[in-house]
Amino acid sequence: MMNIKALGGCCARSTQNFFNIQEAVKKLNLDVEVEQVSDTNEIMNYGVMATPGMVINGKAVSSGRMLSVEDAIALIQRHQG
Amino acid sequence: MGNFIITQILGMQWLNQIIGDLIKLIFGDQFSLSAWGGSLQFFIFDFIKIGILLCFLIFLVSYIQSYFPPERTKKILSRYHGIGANTLGALMGTITPFCSCSSIPLFIGFTRAGLSAGVTFSFLISSPLVDLGAFVLLTSIFGIKVALAYVIVGLVLAVIGGTIIEKTGLGKHVEAFVLDGENVDLDFIKLTQKERLSYAKEQMLFTYKKVVLYILIGVGIGAIIHNAIPQSFIETVLGSDNGFSVLFAVFAGAPMYADIFGAIPVAEALYLKHAGLGTILAFMMAVTTISIPSFIMLKKVVKTKLLVSFGAIVIIGIIMIGYLFNFIETLFI
Repeated sequence: MMNIKALGGCCARSTQNFFNIQEAVKKLNLDVEVEQVSDTNEIMNYGVMATPGMVINGKAVSSGRMLSVEDAIALIQRHQG
Repeated sequence: MGNFIITQILGMQWLNQIIGDLIKLIFGDQFSLSAWGGSLQFFIFDFIKIGILLCFLIFLVSYIQSYFPPERTKKILSRYHGIGANTLGALMGTITPFCSCSSIPLFIGFTRAGLSAGVTFSFLISSPLVDLGAFVLLTSIFGIKVALAYVIVGLVLAVIGGTIIEKTGLGKHVEAFVLDGENVDLDFIKLTQKERLSYAKEQMLFTYKKVVLYILIGVGIGAIIHNAIPQSFIETVLGSDNGFSVLFAVFAGAPMYADIFGAIPVAEALYLKHAGLGTILAFMMAVTTISIPSFIMLKKVVKTKLLVSFGAIVIIGIIMIGYLFNFIETLFI
């Protein structure tokens, strides 16, 4: 079971990032709940210093970038295996 | 040739000419030669020019930035010590995207990684103060000498400010939770060229949307200064002969919260009306470096004593830079 987190809650960009990741999950027909993380300490524990970010199965795969739906799909596919 | 680049390509004087002709064509000679005609021309020209330069520059700078995410900057900086590290911190600050919302994770990340307070504060001062985009925009308006002077004194201020905070021991007054955590290094995320370009494009659109209001306000104020306020008034209040002009500019600019791109058109209009060069530099620095929102953010991670000292050091530094440049300017004229 895949675990996906969208990091960042402080600005509109992070929220958009979260929505785009949710959209990507839907398009890929995955049964995954995307969780939005806004606690700074928790974000830092992934080694991410700039939001928005994305974590797949406990590993940061994106930092400081607002992902488009296509970007998110590509990242999920790359880290799916 | 160098002059052509500055006046026509960066300065876009051809565009100014076209806008002037259009205003004349639409509203007639009398209006176009009046003060309000001049204001309108300044407003339209500056708004378009700054918009074009800004988008182009943000795209370029963001592309470069995609090679230096803060997680990587942190690793690079942790290898250096002493004044060299402060200088490098200040330089890295110029190429790191900055918004007051990102200053907290940066501060915590740097501190947990064991970077000295000097490096961290040098970085924090230079990040909003100096960037490549501002440098090119300043060149287009004030010429290369003033732009270089701005960048160099900005970096010097960042290095000295960071050093003072470290040497006086003020740097240890940070909130306990900042130190109470592990340093986590992120495995470097390698981006493809396509991802870098898409990052740059997204960054450009986002930044433009974020600062367009500041530019409008800045250009609007600039347009009013440009024609509705008499030169003699500006010269008296903000000219380099007035000993209080720098103090006045700094204390008027400090509470304002604007991006450097919003501060530049105001500075441009003041400059054309013969405000002192040092006064203008001090004004821009005060607007960009010191703002209420960024202090509220910083308050979450540092104790009041450090926050107040940080503000005081930066303000005193900016005032000194202002007087120095006004003094240099009077020597040359």
